[in-house]
Amino acid sequence: MARIIVVTSGKGGVGKTTTSAAIAMGLAKKGHRTAVIDFDVGLRNLDLIMGCERRVVYDFINVINEEATLNQALIRDKRCNQLYILPASQTRDKEALTKEGVGRVLDELSKTFKYIVCDSPAGIERGANLAMYYADDAFVVTNPEVSSVRDSDRMLGILASKSRRAEKGEEPIKEYLLLTRYSPERVKLGEMLSVEDVQDILSLHLLGVIPESKSVLTASNAGIPIILDEKSDAGQAYSDLVARYLGEDRPLRFVDEKKSLLGRLFRV
Amino acid sequence: MSLLDYFKLSKPSSASIAKERLQILVAHERASRNQPSYLPQLQKELLAVVQKYVQVEQDAISVKFEQDDEQEVLELNIVLPDDPQKSY
Repeated sequence: MARIIVVTSGKGGVGKTTTSAAIAMGLAKKGHRTAVIDFDVGLRNLDLIMGCERRVVYDFINVINEEATLNQALIRDKRCNQLYILPASQTRDKEALTKEGVGRVLDELSKTFKYIVCDSPAGIERGANLAMYYADDAFVVTNPEVSSVRDSDRMLGILASKSRRAEKGEEPIKEYLLLTRYSPERVKLGEMLSVEDVQDILSLHLLGVIPESKSVLTASNAGIPIILDEKSDAGQAYSDLVARYLGEDRPLRFVDEKKSLLGRLFRV
Repeated sequence: MSLLDYFKLSKPSSASIAKERLQILVAHERASRNQPSYLPQLQKELLAVVQKYVQVEQDAISVKFEQDDEQEVLELNIVLPDDPQKSY
């Protein structure tokens, strides 16, 4: 039986796909058979971030419509043999994604995979609703910025009321906060909401803080999930986050501002 | 206290303004999220009934829904006009 994780946020551009790619790779690298699914029908992008865009033959909708088998559509990652990608369709027909169809695909994946990561599109339309509907865990990706925090709170409301678990009266989806694009320097200057501020507002279990990092763009340019860049702050923060999710104890890093050379010399 | 600290204290940081705005907004949105969906319609119909007998303004009726572990409370508040002669 697989654990289904939805990566969601409401707001666009906060780092859902970057996070989906990173955590899926992280879980797979820890030896867990993992599938990552792009739910953004019409605006497929996970394939680009994962670097497998030229290997897409069949997609999620083809599988739902039984035009292809799951094995035909799943793309095996070339860097990690435990990781598979199910790309979104580029069709403009949003109706193609159905609750029954998604349920069927997830059921079939559950037989052979340990983790299924659902990369939600932005917004609160069909794709986003179906990405979270069957979830066991929700990773709520939030930027320390007013509109992102508000939209995250809105998603929490939807997770609590419109999911399968909510409808069936089962144990609710476990919700985790992932604070991304965090800049400790700006927090220190009072220009950015701090980790504590966002936690105070959303009252969510914090799974990790990803610092703002140039490496994220560099990695996406090359189609490499950021977690594979072990030298970057962001990559290391994602590794910590995955370890924490799996129950390891990892202290928070990259939440205090970097000391200048002078500061380090004088230990202030 | 240095001069710099004085300026920091006198003007709240933009982050603290953001936090305050969000706390108010999120509390408000959470409260309305938990309300039953019939509330706006109930308020509208109650207003129509009261207006049959008393001349009241549109905003004279407020309907509040509160919920805790024990019970749900529907609070209805009608503000009647000062001059009862005006009623019909």
